[in-house]
Amino acid sequence: MAFWKLFARNRSAVLGMIILILIFVMAITAPLFFPEDPFSLAGQSMSPPGENGFLLGSDSLGRDVASGIAHGAKTSLLIGLLATLVAVFIGVIMGALAGYYGGVIDNLLMRTTEMFQTIPSFLFAILLVAIMKPSIESIVIAIAVVSWPAVARLVRGEFLSLRSREFVQACHTLGMGDVRIMLGEILPNCLSPVIVIGSLMVATAILIESGLAFLGLGDPNIMSWGFQIGAGRTLLRSAWWVCTFPGIAILLTVLAINLVGEGLNDALNPRLRDRS
Amino acid sequence: MTRLLEITDLHVGLPAGGQRQFAVESANLYLDANEILCVVGESGSGKSLTARAIMGLLPKPHVHIAQGQVNFQGEDLAAASEARLRQIRGSDISMIFQEPMTALNPVMTIGGQIDEVFRFHEKMPGHERRSRALKLLEDVQLPDPEQALGAYPHQLSGGQRQRAMIAMALALDPKILIADEPTTALDVTTQAQVLRLIKQMQETHGTGVVFITHDFGVVADIADRVAVMQNGLVVETGTTDEVLRRPTHPYTQALMAAVPSLIPRAARPRSEEKVLRVNGLTKTYRGGGGLFGGKARVVHAAKEVTLDLTRGETLGIVGESGSGKSTVARCIVRLTDAEAGEILLGDTDLRPLRRAAMRPHRAQIQMVFQDPFASLNPRSKVGRIIAQGPELYGASRSKAREIALELLRIVGLDDRAYDRFPHEFSGGQRQRIGIARALALEPKILVADEPVSALDVSIQAQILELLDEIRERMNLSMIFITHDLRVAAQVCDRIAVMQRGEVVEIGPTAKLFANPQHPYTTELLAAVPGKGWFSAEGKALTEAS
Repeated sequence: MAFWKLFARNRSAVLGMIILILIFVMAITAPLFFPEDPFSLAGQSMSPPGENGFLLGSDSLGRDVASGIAHGAKTSLLIGLLATLVAVFIGVIMGALAGYYGGVIDNLLMRTTEMFQTIPSFLFAILLVAIMKPSIESIVIAIAVVSWPAVARLVRGEFLSLRSREFVQACHTLGMGDVRIMLGEILPNCLSPVIVIGSLMVATAILIESGLAFLGLGDPNIMSWGFQIGAGRTLLRSAWWVCTFPGIAILLTVLAINLVGEGLNDALNPRLRDRS
Repeated sequence: MTRLLEITDLHVGLPAGGQRQFAVESANLYLDANEILCVVGESGSGKSLTARAIMGLLPKPHVHIAQGQVNFQGEDLAAASEARLRQIRGSDISMIFQEPMTALNPVMTIGGQIDEVFRFHEKMPGHERRSRALKLLEDVQLPDPEQALGAYPHQLSGGQRQRAMIAMALALDPKILIADEPTTALDVTTQAQVLRLIKQMQETHGTGVVFITHDFGVVADIADRVAVMQNGLVVETGTTDEVLRRPTHPYTQALMAAVPSLIPRAARPRSEEKVLRVNGLTKTYRGGGGLFGGKARVVHAAKEVTLDLTRGETLGIVGESGSGKSTVARCIVRLTDAEAGEILLGDTDLRPLRRAAMRPHRAQIQMVFQDPFASLNPRSKVGRIIAQGPELYGASRSKAREIALELLRIVGLDDRAYDRFPHEFSGGQRQRIGIARALALEPKILVADEPVSALDVSIQAQILELLDEIRERMNLSMIFITHDLRVAAQVCDRIAVMQRGEVVEIGPTAKLFANPQHPYTTELLAAVPGKGWFSAEGKALTEAS
């Protein structure tokens, strides 16, 4: 409860949370409001918003933009969350091992991490998806592979500073095993920054996914916001609504997640708690 | 006669929703020229905030002067503008801090920083500023003033840095010097030198000094007048003689009684059974060198250290920072690997044992740590912290819980502590929890690394008493690491004095105090603050109250 109080002190974070909940609801209720396949040709092509029964207009093939946005929300959120979970999982393991053991292991793992970081992440993601076949799994893997180094570096830093703390030494003198010290003692103490970076990473993952779909590297069987923008980009001057509404959806989602991430940071990071 | 500085009815307000409304409440203090006023109190007494209020250095807007005047030569500083305060700071009133490393700018030379003070407040040509800076550094007795001028803070030792800070504070010959625990971070021998220096500078310049400290020994050595603070209130003021000889307020009496006496405790019969023998323990740290093959730095943290510990005795290891006393402790509990020597627990040599082989012996040697805030996992409940030891060695959950509850009672906490988090406890209570954790495995030997140095004196006394009681009750042997000879005198049967990694003298406490053999031991004993007051008279006072 104390946590929510702290979180609620940041007004914009609450706003972000509300937007995010609305998007969630939209993703879940999409099949109710738009029972038809978002790829189906629902009527007159290139209808402006509000005409021919299209709330947000239709694209060049007569697909409903509103239906695409509702169904696309699921894709974006799903990929964002899954990719982040995988990235955090890999990152925490690598960072924990490197930070806890130090020395050769640290060197080895950190040089590996740097190798991943030298390649521009979006290009790397394109490359990975192009090599594997574009599908939900390959996109999730690609995004996770380009995102974990940031988590690993963060966790390593936390472990490095925590491992020499007296309470960890006390566990050594009790004869506790390494795995137990890492998971049971140190990890709970560095969860806050991991949660914060994780929440922000969801936003980045959504952006990368949209970018991939825009370039035609999305899963061809699944509607997504990036795909919609990609499909409408040639019509931007004649049918502005095809790109604009999915674009706004991406903008709002990423913004909302960032606001929530900021709020989590304020609430979880005690050092910043009392700046007003 | 007008006072140099007069504080009337000073209230320092804290942010709403805190523990109390005022950090300092209706404080009345004054300071004359050419005297040292010591403000004494434990942590949270408001002594530092009082000092900061004079300088206008409160962390505004949360903490502010709510009421009252700070009268400095007819001017009320509490109502002065920020611009006026800036003029006064450094030239009329200056300040020195506890930790000179953080108070000095790490990327500027000492000379540059002193120069800045001159440039900011006075107009004079460069060469004159330089010669004045040099003169200042000579005055504070830095060994090589010429070189110190061009040195960066990290190139000086702690004591030298504090001297440089003092030089800077005195650069413009201020009327008032505020010193906030200036010697707390220093070793005793250095502390004695810096105290002497402050006293000397104060006398030659006729400065009024407000000296904040928690240490009654320091008060006895340096103060002309004393003000005792408790929970934001000034409970007693008077000349040093009055306050130290005839304290009227019960809090002052309690504080003075808590200062451990330098008279060693009565000797106890020594058992013949040796539980631990350390032979020729050696540990060397190698640093530097690095990528470009610079000269590697070799530090002998422990050099051929030989000790033994008999059943039921407390062996003190005393020394200054860097003497290797903590390294020895860490080697014995096997947190650090020594490279040579033997650590014989009974007949087993622990030193060469690998982790798995060491595990069965771990329970027999347990450790109590220095920092009660860092030594408990902030995310674990207290019960968990204590019970996890027995559980690791195969006790069932309910059995471990029983042990933990029993230990909480032994260390003087109630059962409700079991389900609370460490941050809900005070420093002294946390140290009790740390002790309970160490006892949970029923060790034979307890290694305590500065277990009371982070605590206020009154709490210190309680923890020392507890340790003594437990040692008696469980027939423990204890290795007690400390830098404080007063504390050592109270708890240790025998004392080993360490200097630069070597044990220079070892012997029964009373004998060592009465007749020190090594010059370094003599030096340490001479440097204990308040020696004249609290060895003989302090004892008498304690008995009287």
